Amino acid sequence: MSEAMDFKVIGTRPIRPDGVDKVTGRASFGADFSLPGMLEGAVLRSPHAHARIKSINTDKALAAPGVKAVVTGADFPQVAAGAIEGGEGGGDFADLAGNVIARGKVRYHGHAVAAVAAQSRAQALAALALIEVEYEPLPAVLSLDAALAESAPLIDEGLMTSGLPEPAAAPSNLASVIEMGNGDLEAGFAEAALIIERRYQTPTVHQGYIEPHACVGRWGQDDQAMLWCCTQGAFDVRSMTAKVLGQPVGSLKVIPSEIGGGFGGKTTVYLEPLALQLSKKSGRPVRMVMTREEVFRATGPASAATIDLRMGFSSDGKITAAEAIMAYEAGAFPGSPVGPGTMCVFAPYRIANFRIKGMDVLVNKPKAAAYRAPGAPQALFATESAMDEAAQKLGIDPIELRLRNAVEEGDSAIYGPKFGPIGLRACLEAAAAHPHYTKAKDAGVGRGVAVGFWFNVGLQSSAEVHINEDGTVTVIEGNPDIGGSRASMALMAAETLGVPYESVRVVVADTETAGFSNVTGGSRVTFATGMAVVEASKDIIAQCCSRAASLWSTDEDMVEWRDGAVHPRPGVNVEATPLSLKDLAGQAGRMGGPLLGKASLNARGAGPGFSVNLCDALVDQETGQVQVKAFTAIQDAGKAIHPSYVEGQLQGGAVQGIGWALNEEYVYSPDGIMENAGFLDYRIPVASDLPMIETQIIEVPNPGHPYGVRGVGETPIVAPLAAVANAVSASAGVRMTELPLSPPRVLEALDQA
Amino acid sequence: MKVHVQTEVNGEAVEFLCDPTTTLLEVLRDNLGLRGSKEGCGTGDCGACSVELDGALACSCLILAAETQGRSVATIEGVATPEALHPLQSHLLKSAGLQCGVCTPGIVVAAKHLLEQDPNPTEEAVRYFLAGNLCRCTGYDKIIRAVLDAAAEMRGEAA
Ligand code: FES
Ligand code: FES
Repeated sequence: MSEAMDFKVIGTRPIRPDGVDKVTGRASFGADFSLPGMLEGAVLRSPHAHARIKSINTDKALAAPGVKAVVTGADFPQVAAGAIEGGEGGGDFADLAGNVIARGKVRYHGHAVAAVAAQSRAQALAALALIEVEYEPLPAVLSLDAALAESAPLIDEGLMTSGLPEPAAAPSNLASVIEMGNGDLEAGFAEAALIIERRYQTPTVHQGYIEPHACVGRWGQDDQAMLWCCTQGAFDVRSMTAKVLGQPVGSLKVIPSEIGGGFGGKTTVYLEPLALQLSKKSGRPVRMVMTREEVFRATGPASAATIDLRMGFSSDGKITAAEAIMAYEAGAFPGSPVGPGTMCVFAPYRIANFRIKGMDVLVNKPKAAAYRAPGAPQALFATESAMDEAAQKLGIDPIELRLRNAVEEGDSAIYGPKFGPIGLRACLEAAAAHPHYTKAKDAGVGRGVAVGFWFNVGLQSSAEVHINEDGTVTVIEGNPDIGGSRASMALMAAETLGVPYESVRVVVADTETAGFSNVTGGSRVTFATGMAVVEASKDIIAQCCSRAASLWSTDEDMVEWRDGAVHPRPGVNVEATPLSLKDLAGQAGRMGGPLLGKASLNARGAGPGFSVNLCDALVDQETGQVQVKAFTAIQDAGKAIHPSYVEGQLQGGAVQGIGWALNEEYVYSPDGIMENAGFLDYRIPVASDLPMIETQIIEVPNPGHPYGVRGVGETPIVAPLAAVANAVSASAGVRMTELPLSPPRVLEALDQA
Repeated sequence: MKVHVQTEVNGEAVEFLCDPTTTLLEVLRDNLGLRGSKEGCGTGDCGACSVELDGALACSCLILAAETQGRSVATIEGVATPEALHPLQSHLLKSAGLQCGVCTPGIVVAAKHLLEQDPNPTEEAVRYFLAGNLCRCTGYDKIIRAVLDAAAEMRGEAA
């Protein structure tokens, strides 16, 4: 196991292979690609949050200068319902298609109604204004309460709630219900010396990647199509776009560009099917790029949630019972991450008696998309706020309270499986000993603690390792590099092959060049694709051993791979100098051809990720403004392949979580129009808002990975919401239960206290 | 009516035709093929399109291309020399001060401008100066460290 491993390059911090391209401006992102003869596309979006489309007339737009094609919902096939596999958000193909372009009804302000391709963007925009759409406005449903009310307007008239014990009697905005439980809830509460019972609320927020969605689509007369786009998963774009267009998967080639952030929000399609349909009609390549406003209005926000939580504690701080009723906004189509939310809400703790109910609720907002540990930040915000309050009321140190309830290896997770080696206890102990925790607080500062959890996933990955004739190495894989994963792949290949890191180049290839790989998401790439790279490298080693054995006229089991070369096994009587990768690659033409290693796998054994965050915050009693004074993120990475990029994940997730806790929220007008669709008014954290984010990487190796890796990318955003809220509550002297903790909300709480 | 503009970009004379409403960012990217400047917002809020215009730091999405007539523009493409990266670029790489990298060109241009004004900024000064450059990936920590390290190296101190 990796604990005993003596790594040569893993754990070092080399410069990423794509680094120079990215600091010089040479790297090509979604909007940077162009083709000769390319048209510019633009989308007409719904001005209503909820309306029936009575008619669409595109004649004038089609006749406008420069316009080459116009498409509406009528140009797309009806897509049958069917589950989307392997995407991070999951969901259904019919809903995906309905979100790409409206048919019959618009379900949110910004929903795509038509699209135009013209010779210039200005011409395309001018033509949009000439499309005549007759709407019959309907009342908009903008909150969970409104959506679940008795006579609520129906967003989808045919939606019958799934997951109920009895089939639903009538359609509603409740898409599905999930329930799970164990033990005797009321007996557990009867035993409790303290019960914390509260409603916790989190707002609609956006992933906020800096690069807007962009693509170029080109359709050929032979019905073969190509798409260049920024995405977290070219293969997912291929399957989703093919489905929306009613085309076979093999007719579409997707070439991923560099990607300017995604955080889950680029695991689905919006523009891609439109660009291809416009290209098909016009016979020209079509580029489509969203504005920032479109990104806010029409792409993946993360679900707002309301969680009614009840937790019972014995006087010595053991959880005796816990109940969570969790409602998540799905947006205008089913598919909020309430499912993973219910699985995460109590996951860090041993709880004998519990009941969890999750509800996926339609509202007239954009269809929710995955956002980093989808569903977990909302859930743990509730639990970790309650844990903090319990610690306070019981007079127990908040870390100690968590240690008394923390799950360990061998415990059954609340959502089913038994935990293998996990790092929750190690993270808590590290937090308790951390200088951030042991040093005295400054006057007025509140200190918050919170635990984070995410499952991490495995899924399917492929990799090829090519040995060039001079022994240098090319790795080919299919997962867009969103945060330095090329470096991790190169480190794992170099470690396995025993070659210098610098001799390995990593190529993120298109859907016709790389073997199939699921999306860059679920914190799976370093784990699963990394495993494929290691396996493919081992395939090379096996071929080298076999070639050396035949060269030395001995058996394969008489040789071994050591320090980047084939050696005769110790004690084997063969006169031979060791053969390195370079030696064997140089002789490939005489020995069986090029050295090409391959692996494809369905990775099992993704190790769950746990974290602990510490936050010091100061509330300005006059203005309600919150300042984060210090923040420490501690997380189990299994094994940090490139520690700098692991730290970067911890820091970036912490800051996104701080934004979610303090500033970020979709602000809606009463008729369902987002009023802050720009970075000026939807304020993500900026450099001057923040202190340095301290990190500590814990390494409890994951036995499911050859080098002990567990996913790290998503867990970091889970704990900050409660860590910040707990710190603010302590500084303000009032328990804060609704995010964001913006100055007006904090002031109001201070006034009422 | 198109406007004929003659200007200088990264020390080279260029000329182009554009609409009076076209932004400098559009011209850089579409007419001149300099796509290192990115559009994150188009409204002056993210800094991904940062350039220098006559030595002043500016958001190229807010500048009309026609305004650059007879002036001089510096973009990310002009920061490194053929032989070497700028210290800011190498320190961003060394410190892992980028994840997706889409904010990076703007950060390099803005931070370079800062260090030219103030070769020895405090952490706070760097944070305030870069407050107009949004990064959603890194939490800024490693970016700030890279800028401070680059400044130290440029002052001739061991970074
Ligand atoms: S694109 Fe110019 S500031 Fe955002
Ligand atoms: S590195 Fe992705 S936005 Fe800064």
